[in-house]
Amino acid sequence: MSAVEWVVMTDTLSAPSTTPPTELGTTRVKRGLAEMLKGGVIMDVVTPDQAKIAEDAGAVAVMALERVPADIRAQGGVARMSDPDLIDAIVSSVSIPVMAKARIGHFVEAQVLQALGVDYIDESEVLSPADYVNHIDKWRFTVPFVCGATNLGEALRRITEGAAMIRSKGEAGTGDVSEATRHISTITSEIHALRSKSKDELYVAAKELQAPYDLVAEVAATDALPVVLFTAGGVATPADAALMMQLGADGVFVGSGIFKSGDPAKRAAAIVKATTFYDDPEVIAEASRGLGEAMVGINVADLPAPHRLAERGW
Amino acid sequence: MSAAPSVGVLALQGDVREHLAVLRELGADARPVRRERELAEVDGLVIPGGESTVMDKLARAFGLADPLRQRIADGMPVYGTCAGLIMLADRIVDGIEGQQSLGGLDIAVRRNAFGTQVDSFETDLDIPELGDPPVHAVFIRAPVVDEVGPSARALATLADGRVVAVEQGSLLGTSFHPEMTGETRFHEYFLQRVRARS
Repeated sequence: MSAVEWVVMTDTLSAPSTTPPTELGTTRVKRGLAEMLKGGVIMDVVTPDQAKIAEDAGAVAVMALERVPADIRAQGGVARMSDPDLIDAIVSSVSIPVMAKARIGHFVEAQVLQALGVDYIDESEVLSPADYVNHIDKWRFTVPFVCGATNLGEALRRITEGAAMIRSKGEAGTGDVSEATRHISTITSEIHALRSKSKDELYVAAKELQAPYDLVAEVAATDALPVVLFTAGGVATPADAALMMQLGADGVFVGSGIFKSGDPAKRAAAIVKATTFYDDPEVIAEASRGLGEAMVGINVADLPAPHRLAERGW
Repeated sequence: MSAAPSVGVLALQGDVREHLAVLRELGADARPVRRERELAEVDGLVIPGGESTVMDKLARAFGLADPLRQRIADGMPVYGTCAGLIMLADRIVDGIEGQQSLGGLDIAVRRNAFGTQVDSFETDLDIPELGDPPVHAVFIRAPVVDEVGPSARALATLADGRVVAVEQGSLLGTSFHPEMTGETRFHEYFLQRVRARS
């Protein structure tokens, strides 16, 4: 029986009364897929061949897109959702989860991506925003969303809108890990700072974070986000990935860092190893040997402010 | 009274933290296992949910696959959820090229049997071995057991008859994730076997 028939059968009133209800797209199911990706590396790919290389190297999922952030940056212009043909080709080339990017606030691109059957949508600042006021109302979708954040307040606003996974933004397409470091450190230290606050202080914290009180109180009580926290934007080496994990990330997105390097297959496999053994310098050293050239990269400090992608989204 | 059983959670990738939390709540001395020497120190092992292709690759790259197979052959209790069930299956349907499992369960498992993430779901399962109430089960890009060989036994099926939980000797596997819902009966079932052997 196909998945579609299964849904129809269990959702219909005429189903036998002994059949338990089946719920799709629940918060638990959406956040749950991200839980399963923990400790893994999600790799940007622009062709089915790259997707296969990523899968063979041990990627836990791939991000299907037309141009990696380094090329979006170099070529300029408006960056949009990828061609459905490309996404279909990548979905059918691998068996690991496939993510794809929609523009911030572009809920129709998100509807299209859901219809294409992607496993996760990234409402991403790497693409040109479609709405400078609203993000997508992500609760309206069956497919889960990951969103970028530079600080705890931004992360909590995205979770309030229905994001089932957060990634710290970093500065995509640079190969410079400094912004990724700043964003993951900011988020984790803001989480830990809530732990010592009394209830009346949490009301003020919620006001300052511009996030709902209940969510702030939940983070304070559990000392963690209610969703998985990955990191992204500038990771280019095994040591970069391990740095992110030691700073408290649950996993790592690598964009341009793999397929803009000299030996993508080898570098991808090395980053996977360093992510699992992030606290073992001997393994990281071994994984870092003989990888060929890393992506050339751009220092974020040399980027004029209008070209910083992390400032998109609020 | 005996000491808390020492159990590992294979920590190459996946929802390791959730399993450690359930096992500790049940009084086990639970710890992550990524290396052969860590495996040697535990009396039982949970293989978590995650991506089976990644676990397979890392287990082989770090010399853990053969020691794991040896411990399984020696009768160590192992419980696998989702990707863990795939790792314990003797046969994988729809694996990637070259994908290997550890084996032990005389079953064929189909990866991503329900479709993509939009087909992931929650439902209740009646499992006679566990009694009431039914198990609330979360299926996330889940596998199903296509074929149960003569040595294995089905523990749970969906309404359409597809098998989603199996056991064989000291091995237990589920397509779904009890570690995500506060359901402790499968872990307790697994720990009973660990205690019986240690």
